[in-house]
Amino acid sequence: MNSSLVLSVTTFVYGFATFLYLAAWVFQKDALNRSATWVAVLGIAGNAAGFALRWAESYQLGIGHAPLSNLYESLVFFSLVIAVLYLIIENSYGFQTIGAFAMPLAFLSMAYASLSPDVSDRIQPLLPALKSNWLIAHVVTCFIGYAAFAVAFGLSLMYLIKQEAGDRGTLRSRLPDKRLLDDLTHQMVMFGFLFLTTGIITGAVWANSAWGRYWGWDPKETWSLITWFVYATLLHARLMRGWQGKRIAVLSLAGFAAVIFTYFGVNLLPGLHSYGA
Amino acid sequence: MTQAKTDQPGILSRLYAFLASVKLTLAVLLLLAATSVIGTLIPQNAEPAAYLRAYGDVPYRLLRVFDVFDMYHSWWFQALIGLLAANIVVCTVRRWPSTWRIVASRNPAIGSNGSASPLAEFSDARPPQELSPLYTGYITSRFRSHRIEPGENGFRIIAERGRWTRLGVPVVHLSVVLILIGALIGSVLGFEGFVNIPEGGQADRIQLRSRTGTMPLGFEIRCDDFNVSYYDSGAPKEYRSSLSVLENGRPVIAKDIIVNDPLQYRGINFFQSSYGSLPPSDFELSFTRKGSGEAVRHRVSIGQSVELPENAGRFTAREYRPEYRHKNTDVGETVLGVLNRPGVEPTTVTLPLRFPSFDKMRKDEWGIAIEGYDRRYYTGLQVTRDPGVPLVYAGFILMIIGCWVAFFMSHQKVAIDVAGGAKLSRVKLLGSVNRHRIGFENRTRRLAEELSHL
Repeated sequence: MNSSLVLSVTTFVYGFATFLYLAAWVFQKDALNRSATWVAVLGIAGNAAGFALRWAESYQLGIGHAPLSNLYESLVFFSLVIAVLYLIIENSYGFQTIGAFAMPLAFLSMAYASLSPDVSDRIQPLLPALKSNWLIAHVVTCFIGYAAFAVAFGLSLMYLIKQEAGDRGTLRSRLPDKRLLDDLTHQMVMFGFLFLTTGIITGAVWANSAWGRYWGWDPKETWSLITWFVYATLLHARLMRGWQGKRIAVLSLAGFAAVIFTYFGVNLLPGLHSYGA
Repeated sequence: MTQAKTDQPGILSRLYAFLASVKLTLAVLLLLAATSVIGTLIPQNAEPAAYLRAYGDVPYRLLRVFDVFDMYHSWWFQALIGLLAANIVVCTVRRWPSTWRIVASRNPAIGSNGSASPLAEFSDARPPQELSPLYTGYITSRFRSHRIEPGENGFRIIAERGRWTRLGVPVVHLSVVLILIGALIGSVLGFEGFVNIPEGGQADRIQLRSRTGTMPLGFEIRCDDFNVSYYDSGAPKEYRSSLSVLENGRPVIAKDIIVNDPLQYRGINFFQSSYGSLPPSDFELSFTRKGSGEAVRHRVSIGQSVELPENAGRFTAREYRPEYRHKNTDVGETVLGVLNRPGVEPTTVTLPLRFPSFDKMRKDEWGIAIEGYDRRYYTGLQVTRDPGVPLVYAGFILMIIGCWVAFFMSHQKVAIDVAGGAKLSRVKLLGSVNRHRIGFENRTRRLAEELSHL
């Protein structure tokens, strides 16, 4: 029993939860809805247990550190926050169709971590640049931000799919109404924006104490700022008439595209910041 | 004359209106996002030769005109940032008077902008006079301030909280301006440079990144020792420099620095940035006679000569090369020497540090090998000063707090209207909030529920 095994199993649990949420959306059976939630909770438990176990395993190897230092570990944490954020929304609002759009994201992230041959799950010791208390603060805040933006992405997709009231009995009609989707998207974006801001700031303060400058326009820093600009645009666009609803949803999709590039794309460009590999 | 006078306010007020528009904000933010992408796809501040090779002559010149190779410091990018700053300042200044009026006001009112229809209403069997103290007591513990107004056949309690949270938005915007000012101060009054110091050596000048030439520190910094340690896997574990600061030759402070733990002295910071090996100064050589196996050892430095036993010849260590190719094979660090023997042409001797038995290939009577050498390092330090950092950090803190307040707190007002007679009261709750309306309405309905059970 090691953390990688626990997390591999969690991948399939998330996959099953995704399947149940989709089935619940299609067949609208109460039993499906209830079991979807339970399986999701089980997945979160496995995800959290795997995270804690890996932390302990690193200490057993004599190279103890929080499991937030490479691509595998960040993907695991990313999945965990997406799933937790979704369950909080489900608990507060009760709309389980959102699960059909949020759970796949948690599942895909874990699947990429556990199943891709490009992602190594070996526990490596920390390189000198990563030996800092800022590691935890910076990575945790950034990934809570990314996860909130991922959920907002799912909500925006739902918004664009949803028609105005009128459809009855179709899959679309079972989605929550547009006002709520728009409001929830906004809340997720605000939450994500606060954490992304804190993430960029903790990154800057850390960079200043490690490299002597808080901002160097390296690709990772620049792309995180691009993401920040897009979501700042979204937040301000709500103040403008005619920019409600659909344009906000599109901006949310664009913002998430920027998040994905910031997370994965920058590792394909040269620079100091390629720890995500 | 009068024509000119009426024109001027026109231009200024149009400029003001332009800078105060949210449309400008959206445009600038999106432009900043889009142009920033370019600088991540085109490597910044690389050698001109590399760009010429990659893009060709004409595209290179064109991109150079727009400073695309250092675009974040280009005039047009900085102008965009300046425009954003102006937009933020004008918008904030414009909204400040009304924001302050609300924040400083003493008498909240729920006027026509609050919900016209009540959020909740219910009836109670008791007359208003009985309900008044009950409700007042309940409200006091939940809302910061309240006041009671007499009403027709009853009274009205107006309660409010979170008035100060309206400051969240101006604080966030102020923080952005603070950060930009701090960055400006840092770029004008600060510097970024580096210096390489060999172990045992010291430096009193540093190389600046932005321009050629060196800059004096005003004191000396000495590297007493440099150490690199590795994990079992071979990956680097720690780079550590033991540094001393000297004023007029006298040590003032000494500190070991590692990555993430710099040295600070008189506002200048020294960061562990890189390191390198220096050519070893001398080598331990062994000369082994083929057949008998008889061997002698000598310590030789570059340029030095050594006599072989029984006048067999003389070996001179000519030079050290960090990289050397022997017959199209890369052998790495190598000492090149010359062997002079009586009656024979001088022979070149190749001694790669990595391959001790290399010289055996020469099949000479005397085989030469490098038995040992001292590894010397130099430490690479990043040296910076940024007087703008305190302002930038203050901006950071304000931004986080401001965002928290602006996103998750709200200014809430609730009015409880009670009207009725001796046997019955009709209670209505109205509310007004500046954000998170759905949650607020739910909470107000719950409040009505609780009041009805008092």
